[in-house]
Amino acid sequence: MRRIPIPAIFGLVMTALFFSMAILAPLIAPYGVGEIVGDVWETPSRAHPLGTDNIGRDLLTRMIYGGQTTILVATLATAISFVTGACLGLFAAVIGGWVDQVLSRGVDLVMSIPTLIFALVVLSVMPVTLPVLILVMGLLDATRVYRLSRAVAVDIRVMDFVEAAVLRGEGRGWIIFREILPNALSPLVAEMGLRFIFMVLFVSTLSFLGLGVQPPAADWGGIVKENKDGIVYGIGAALWPAAAIAVLAISVNLVADWILGRTTSLRGGRG
Amino acid sequence: MNGLVLRFVAQRVALSLLLLLLVSVLIFAGTQILPGDVAASILGQSATPEALANLREELGLNQPAWWRYLAWLGGLLQGDLGTSLTNGRDIGEAIGQRFSNTLFLAATAAIIAVPLAIFLGLVSVLYRERWPDKVISGISLASVSVPEFLIGYILMFWIGVQLGWAPSVAILNEGMGFWQKLHAISLPVAVLTLVVLAHMMRMTRAALLNVLQSPYIETAELKGLSQMSVIWRHAMPNAISPVVNVVMLNLAYLVVGVVVVEVVFVYPGMGQFLVDHVSKRDVPVVQACGLIFAAVYIGLNMVADIVSILANPRLRHPK
Amino acid sequence: MTRELDALTRKVLQGKISRRDFFSRAAAFGLTASAAGALLGQKATAQPVRGGTLRMGLGGGESTNSLDPAAALSQVPFHTSRCFGETLLDVNPDGTFDFRLAESAEPSADATTWAFRIRSGVEFHDGRTMTPEDVLQTMRRHSDEDTQSGALGVMRGIADMRVDGDMFIIESATPNADLPYLMATYQLAIQPNGGFDAPAAGIGTGAYRVTAEEPGVRYMFERFPNYWDDSRGHFDAVEMLVINDSTARNAALQSGQVHIVNQVDPQVARLLDRAPGLSVKSVAGRGHYVFIMHCDTAPFDNNDLRLALKYAINREEMVERILGGYGSVGNDIPINAAYPLFDDSIPQRTYDPELAAEHYRRSGHDGSPIVLRVSEVAFPGAVDAAQLYQQSAAAAGIPIEIRREPGDGYWSEVWNKQPFSASYWGGRPVQDQMYSTAYLSSADWNDTRFFNERFDTLLIEARGELDQDRRKALYSEMAYMVRDEGGLICPMFNDFVEGVRDEVQGWEQNGIWEVMNGSAPSKCWFS
Repeated sequence: MRRIPIPAIFGLVMTALFFSMAILAPLIAPYGVGEIVGDVWETPSRAHPLGTDNIGRDLLTRMIYGGQTTILVATLATAISFVTGACLGLFAAVIGGWVDQVLSRGVDLVMSIPTLIFALVVLSVMPVTLPVLILVMGLLDATRVYRLSRAVAVDIRVMDFVEAAVLRGEGRGWIIFREILPNALSPLVAEMGLRFIFMVLFVSTLSFLGLGVQPPAADWGGIVKENKDGIVYGIGAALWPAAAIAVLAISVNLVADWILGRTTSLRGGRG
Repeated sequence: MNGLVLRFVAQRVALSLLLLLLVSVLIFAGTQILPGDVAASILGQSATPEALANLREELGLNQPAWWRYLAWLGGLLQGDLGTSLTNGRDIGEAIGQRFSNTLFLAATAAIIAVPLAIFLGLVSVLYRERWPDKVISGISLASVSVPEFLIGYILMFWIGVQLGWAPSVAILNEGMGFWQKLHAISLPVAVLTLVVLAHMMRMTRAALLNVLQSPYIETAELKGLSQMSVIWRHAMPNAISPVVNVVMLNLAYLVVGVVVVEVVFVYPGMGQFLVDHVSKRDVPVVQACGLIFAAVYIGLNMVADIVSILANPRLRHPK
Repeated sequence: MTRELDALTRKVLQGKISRRDFFSRAAAFGLTASAAGALLGQKATAQPVRGGTLRMGLGGGESTNSLDPAAALSQVPFHTSRCFGETLLDVNPDGTFDFRLAESAEPSADATTWAFRIRSGVEFHDGRTMTPEDVLQTMRRHSDEDTQSGALGVMRGIADMRVDGDMFIIESATPNADLPYLMATYQLAIQPNGGFDAPAAGIGTGAYRVTAEEPGVRYMFERFPNYWDDSRGHFDAVEMLVINDSTARNAALQSGQVHIVNQVDPQVARLLDRAPGLSVKSVAGRGHYVFIMHCDTAPFDNNDLRLALKYAINREEMVERILGGYGSVGNDIPINAAYPLFDDSIPQRTYDPELAAEHYRRSGHDGSPIVLRVSEVAFPGAVDAAQLYQQSAAAAGIPIEIRREPGDGYWSEVWNKQPFSASYWGGRPVQDQMYSTAYLSSADWNDTRFFNERFDTLLIEARGELDQDRRKALYSEMAYMVRDEGGLICPMFNDFVEGVRDEVQGWEQNGIWEVMNGSAPSKCWFS
């Protein structure tokens, strides 16, 4: 058992903290999510540890509930993107031939339209509900996971132990899930960390552009948007959610880095 | 051998063109299913029913879709992008201006970010697991984790408003000289550089480290070559493929994904242009923008693939 | 001390503090009353100076805009039209006329025929001389049944138009005492041959002519040397930059990149005002932020439910939190004290959860959530306002469910279609126009589905009534009808809040529309 490096421990602890905060939100939040409890942009006080927001709601409460939404959306979207992307990618790599061609070119097709623009167009014409949001984000991101998992699987596919399994006459399911998947897991898990972060940033960006979750619920990007006008006048209300996004991102990245070790992988960027 | 490479390149180009054609169909179909009425979106809240009817008639919204697609494609092949529905301007002209702005911003950011990223990647490999590597990793991790709009506002506040070193709003016009333009876009360039730097740098580092584990590198080290020369002469050529891939991905992002930075700094680029026209249902403009974005992305990917082939003998001679 | 005195003087000239306050504070600096008076006088009579380039940072423009005044609906096209074009007349803040391309307007005895004397010797930017024929053609273009003009609504009551020598004559279908006000509609800028030949050429008679046009980005103007009015147009050039992001707009003002910004977010107006080198100006307007119910659609067809929703909104809180105090409470009518003939004796409706609960109980509503549709584009802070409303209604036991709609297509898919939504109304110069636009049974934009025969009769009667007392009584009766039976929930009237750098002189309080009703370029100058 290797020793867990300190950054990874920090990452694990913070990630766990954020997730438990999200799950326990209704129990630990001091006020209701839409409840007006004070003046506009109050400075931090004992009653409001982070101050109040642009219409006088408790910022800590908003942050806790916002975290719940953000983490929920990002987690589910990552799950969708991984299940879809990885399955299709492995599948395409193992079957090869025209199935691979059709899938890969189809993915190229979707990827050739910028994700953010694609999402903006889709969301600006559809009712923005949580399931729609999660589905759109997950499916758009699945293209990137597909590329990675296919690339990894193609490499593994030609290794001797897989050839041996094929010669043994194992079925496709066996080859995908028992031979290739275990060996592709490490880069995929590391990628999952990164994709999760991009999801968090993505949903924040969407909210920032005004296409996020329904009020009075909010996610961190939405809270930044609500309070951003104060930034240039030294009002920090928008910095808290932004810092939360950054800390969550860094924590998950640290964990992902640790898992990644020295495995190389092709990763999709923010775009 | 050269014949094989040529054939591969030709294949790749042909495939890209086919892809582009498919994208044009996809974009056209996509714009057709956008709900909402063009005429109503153009005229806004104060539209009268008569004005609406008149406009609808004038825009020729009664033609069948396939006919409009063919007409559009035909015009496209002759270099005619059509005219905007909302203000009757020539789309080619309007987009030309916006697109050159976008390219200017992207190119400036890329010229700074790409060499810097590769250099930092090299440094962190040279000093791997020592403090320079850790500092670089830490900073890059932080910069990739902060939302770009926040980086934008913070830079705007400190550098633009408090210190007054750079304009907080990046508006260009023809009257400006090259250096003036460069000065005007310094803040968005800084934000974009921060955003794409980390990704490329981490990729360079990972790819190099991966190659450094190979036996032939050990051989080179045993020959007594210096660390730098091992990395530069022996490891780099084999790490080019993944690096080029990630660089192209980020270049594409610089061109097509900067809506947020454009919104924050009021930069007159393509992203804002597209979003404006989507909200007004100005279909010809949306189609033209979408196609240009797709062409950029497909083109860059093609370049990445071709460079990978040329750089890597193993890919040049497939088993 | 000098600097503080300067700041004080500036504030009194801007109307921020009263003269009396000024004198008492000046005394605190050890100044005698006469010395203080001299200080004030010396500043107040400052003469316009020519020169400089005025830069304006404006929100409300898209890359889809054109220079055709007929197509002008949002803020930036409004400002460009006002900059290169002129209407027959403008309305002063006090409701009197400022004659521009017309020299006078005379009604017939029954107020059905109006004669406008057209100014002579006025030159278009392309060198042509403006004639009454151009005026007639312009009005034709906006009232044509083929037009897409935003002014078609105000032109509809006109039966006939003709030219008689240097007179332009309008026959109204019904007596209309307010007709000249209609001619101040900003879309009705006079263009050569009415703009039939080149509607978007940007040729007008204004103080500045267009030199560069980049829709959604920037517009450049230079002073028109042959402009007819020497007392206007002091800048060498005017540059309008389209800056839709409010934070970026304010930052540009603070860093001195622009001299004037529009639409300062009320929540940060006080903070912006503290920045050096600029001040925030606010003026009460006629625009109002509203929630509208369709009076003919269940459950809003029940007047008790409508009243319950009206009593369930906390107007003071809205003005404080959404408008940051830069506004005034509404009274569920679209009219406020800025209008002529306003009846200020109408009792103010206030937040009353018990009364709201009582009406709600009486309405027999089944308790299912009432869906309120909003969008960021409905008005600034609309989504926040809806959340405040949700909270205050919940206190009265009324469940409201907020549904945020995409900003895109909000005006075409939601507003005037869904039974309960957030909206915005800009003001109109006179009550008749406001009511005719949105409350007459046959109005196109009757967005509250308010059908009331008695109201319609009163409206037509008031329009032709020349006895002002009688007219005021009629408008008062109509106001009560809208307030107590209509579908309008009007929590607040917003101020126009703008940021102006100190070097800009000649600023006046004008609440007809934003940025001095678009006349800052022609009336202001640099110190």
